[in-house]
Amino acid sequence: MSWTLASPIIIPFATAVLAFLFRRGPEGRWLSVIGAAALLIASGLLMAEVWAEGVVAAQMGGWAAPFGITLVADLLSAVMVVITGITGLAVAVYALADVDARKEELGFHALFQVLLAGVCGAFLTGDIFNLYVWFEVMLIASFGLLILGGRREQLDGGVKYVTLNLVSTILFLSAVGLLYGMTGTLNMADLHGAVQEVDNPGLLVTLAVMFMVAFGVKAAVFPLFFWLPASYHTPAFSVSAIFAGLLTKVGVYALVRVFTLIFTTDVAYTHTILLWVAGLTMITGVLGAAAMNDFRRILSFHIVSQIGYMILGLALFTPLAIVGAVFYIVHHIIVKANLFLVAGVAKRIAGSTDLAAIGGLYRTAPLLGLLFLIPAFSLAGFPPLSGFWAKYVLVKASLDAQSYWIAAVALVVGLLTIYSMTKIWGAAFWTPHPEGRSPRLTDLPARDRAALLVPIASLAALTCVIGFYPEPFVVFAERSAAQLLDPAAYVGAVLGEAGGAAAEAGPGLAEPEGGQ
Amino acid sequence: MELLVAVMVGVMVAASVHLMLARNVLRFIFGLILISNAANLTIFAAGRLTPERPPLIPEGADAPAAQVANALPQALVLTAIVIGFGLFAFALTLVYRTYQTLGTLNSDEMRLAEPRGEDGS
Repeated sequence: MSWTLASPIIIPFATAVLAFLFRRGPEGRWLSVIGAAALLIASGLLMAEVWAEGVVAAQMGGWAAPFGITLVADLLSAVMVVITGITGLAVAVYALADVDARKEELGFHALFQVLLAGVCGAFLTGDIFNLYVWFEVMLIASFGLLILGGRREQLDGGVKYVTLNLVSTILFLSAVGLLYGMTGTLNMADLHGAVQEVDNPGLLVTLAVMFMVAFGVKAAVFPLFFWLPASYHTPAFSVSAIFAGLLTKVGVYALVRVFTLIFTTDVAYTHTILLWVAGLTMITGVLGAAAMNDFRRILSFHIVSQIGYMILGLALFTPLAIVGAVFYIVHHIIVKANLFLVAGVAKRIAGSTDLAAIGGLYRTAPLLGLLFLIPAFSLAGFPPLSGFWAKYVLVKASLDAQSYWIAAVALVVGLLTIYSMTKIWGAAFWTPHPEGRSPRLTDLPARDRAALLVPIASLAALTCVIGFYPEPFVVFAERSAAQLLDPAAYVGAVLGEAGGAAAEAGPGLAEPEGGQ
Repeated sequence: MELLVAVMVGVMVAASVHLMLARNVLRFIFGLILISNAANLTIFAAGRLTPERPPLIPEGADAPAAQVANALPQALVLTAIVIGFGLFAFALTLVYRTYQTLGTLNSDEMRLAEPRGEDGS
């Protein structure tokens, strides 16, 4: 068993237990910060190992693949775990000032850490049923976080979030069962080879579409995204930020993993569906955002719109497009979580997230204005911020693939993103406050101010770093895309030399009998 | 045997879709519970069904003598039942609490988080 692979899961779980025991005192929240920092360090170590040695795999419990549960990290998994560490730490610090004592007593920090564990587990597992289990861990923690506090809007949004996510989970579960029935394996690396031998390609495509729908609900793509704008603006700001950054991206990660490793037998069919989905997701998301008048609701719809870009990269399925998708996911998590954190500060000092009820932030809190502009312009794709490079690579990839219409959609949606960002800017920052108040950052107690602004500033600095020095990140994304498009290294790391032989010796499946 | 289970799953899915299309959230949850059981039966059948043939390996051999059902999907179903039980316990509590707080289970009236208004929703 490899500790570097297991520690990003063990650390948050251990922290969750400790944070739950100390939930009544200030120790709980500091344990959460320490745990998140430890997770970041562990993820850095994992990243170093994967960067140096290629795909790393370990068999939990000592059962050889493909029978045991495998943990495996390629560059995509590793970078997702690192990003989880970064946003986890930022939000844990932010939560010091954002989450009140009552929610802490109800177990906020424990749930938060379980959520991180579930997300890391989903990124690191190499077994598709195990992926289902990590999805459930993540879901149950997110249910708790979403309705913690029990305000009326939270319950209302929570019902929609819970029910629609449960439907997708059940679809995912049935698809896993049927896939096992067809191939006799659950190990994703083993599935890569096993699906080539399935003698009914039509059935395989049906299963691929079942996975697409199940993960599509999680990733909030068109037309399955309705739970997201119904619920993401209701919980505490820290919760919104971590959800916005990580949860939908787990769905995107699962789509990328499954549609590069397993379901590549009929790319012309499955990935064309994905391309249409990508285009429609971008358009509906950005139009929904244009119709909203609330800070967080605009941002929620923008998550949907941005998911479209990532799916676009997967759908084009060229090396450059996958590079774009990987780069986009990394950039988006940082930027989107940060925007929600800024929304939280705006609410704290100006009193609301309703754009009609706030204003004047530019004059009285210029620092917050700057910290909003960086992620907002990055999201819209202004050079030289990180979003520009992400969009540039994707648009270039679509032009190279001669999908001109999707390139046009991507560019127009970028333009409309600027429209909603300027709407927030105009209403919250430029117009005077409707009640004549002058919201200032100095109204906040000094400790709260530090806890709220340091994470925002750090994430904004990270956005600038990716924007000004994109080269190492692009090189990274290129290596990661090469791994995704040629899964030989992944399969080799998981199954080892004797992997194929072990699969051959598996227990014989009885053939289905006719009705008796 | 598989045919029988397949028909049963079909009937259960049809019934649960009927329930899930209802406006009442409680009926939706009941539909969800039913469809999750249909999913469990699907996985169960995916491991093949061989009645009256226990998956025993005779001494000295390293594979069962006759073709037997695969035991792994049965383990998966057990896991899925346990996880499902937890999730539905949560979902039912949530719906009950929502009913207490909002005074309605009609999904058309649950518009607090997304009020009908000038933002066109």
